[in-house]
Amino acid sequence: MSMNLEREKAMLPGTPLTSMKSASLSKILFAGTVISMLVSLYFIFIFAAEESTMHAAQKIFYFHVSSAWLAFMAFFVTFVFSILFLIKRKRIFDTYAYVSAEIGVVFTIIVLTTGPIWARSAWNTWWVWEPRLITTLILFFIYIAYIMIRQMDGVWDKKARLSAVFGIIGFADVPIVFFAIRWWQTKFHPIVFGDGPSQQGGGIESSMLVALLVTIAAFTILYAYLLQKGVSFEKMKFKVEQYKEKLREELEK
Amino acid sequence: MNLFRTALILAKKDLYSELKTKQILTTQIIFAGLVIVVFSFAFDPANNTTKAVIPGVIWVIIVFAGILGLNRSFISEQRNETMQGLLVAPMEAASIYLGKFLANFAMMLVVELVSIPFLFLLFDFKFLGSVPYFILVVFLGSFGFIAIGTFLAALAANSKSSEMLLPLLLFPITTPILIGVVQATKIILTNVEKLSSAIAWIQLVTAYDVIFFVVCFLLIDYVLEV
Repeated sequence: MSMNLEREKAMLPGTPLTSMKSASLSKILFAGTVISMLVSLYFIFIFAAEESTMHAAQKIFYFHVSSAWLAFMAFFVTFVFSILFLIKRKRIFDTYAYVSAEIGVVFTIIVLTTGPIWARSAWNTWWVWEPRLITTLILFFIYIAYIMIRQMDGVWDKKARLSAVFGIIGFADVPIVFFAIRWWQTKFHPIVFGDGPSQQGGGIESSMLVALLVTIAAFTILYAYLLQKGVSFEKMKFKVEQYKEKLREELEK
Repeated sequence: MNLFRTALILAKKDLYSELKTKQILTTQIIFAGLVIVVFSFAFDPANNTTKAVIPGVIWVIIVFAGILGLNRSFISEQRNETMQGLLVAPMEAASIYLGKFLANFAMMLVVELVSIPFLFLLFDFKFLGSVPYFILVVFLGSFGFIAIGTFLAALAANSKSSEMLLPLLLFPITTPILIGVVQATKIILTNVEKLSSAIAWIQLVTAYDVIFFVVCFLLIDYVLEV
């Protein structure tokens, strides 16, 4: 135990104090999130055309797809930072990977809740065993497992190493899962962009597409804000640990 | 080929110790038998529709029995505090992985050899499909399952609650294999005419096996670090 703490303490001089810069960055990102969210709300509810059969219920589509996009992006970021961590062995990469995975899990939960709500009104069922749904569900389980590795007991660098390995394996697994399930059966999700294989039922109106792209952009800014915030929380936690340790040492003297 | 030689030595050591204690193999086989009994309650063997669930049951047995063995393979090293010994021994981490994989795979095959005929017997299943293809599917499926399972067992062994952690790590990652082999087994056992689509599934499973065996081989160095 004492050895771990010593090791963590040795990291202290290496971490630069960039709190001023990150605070202003966080403010900018927060403002950007608020503005872009409001703009996207305008685009969703006023600008975009209403869907002919599903009416207002279809509006959830924008949040659903954007959350899915955000989750996938977050997991990709985890994958990239996992590789970077294994190569460079810097704690900051590990923190980014962890925070990104957490955000990804939260937004996967959002996808898995908005999906059934929409499905109830569109397909008249809460859940179907369909490729994209199962893939998302399995993705969710993989990253829950990832977070469980993070909750293991032990030194941080061991946990960071193991979870980085799992982050890589898990992300590599996702395309294969998707492919396997799509092969297994495919029914419900239309191919929205480009021509579908059946040459019908696909396609999206241009005003809807604009609204969707705006929402996706807003969610990307939201992701950047959450990531930045999460990482600064992790850094604070780390710093508190170090101060606690310092205090403990002084008490022992 | 130093890598394979040391791996073989390690696998031999594991299998010898298993022959001595017969701990894991007996547990696995008895467990497989119990799963079959439980399935006989769940799906009435006298009913004809039960034939449709047999392919699924085969893989449930393999997965559940397999996970018992996988759990033990690295924990036993830690209980006896021989993990450090393995790590400082003059061999690569990949060699440890390969050795453990070979031992687990051999045990898995023994379990399958006993339990699958037993299942067919108890459920009175008339085997109409093609035997060589069936054996191929079972072999490829178990190969992939044990390959990724051994890797994740090495990863989970670092945790105090690795018995609980391993299934949570293993099941989502192995979904493509499980889908592939269950579909292929179903086609081979029930309608052999559609063999071409079974072969497509076999190709998918083979691709998965190759990709993950290579990935595990590359990443095991990071898992088995001192």
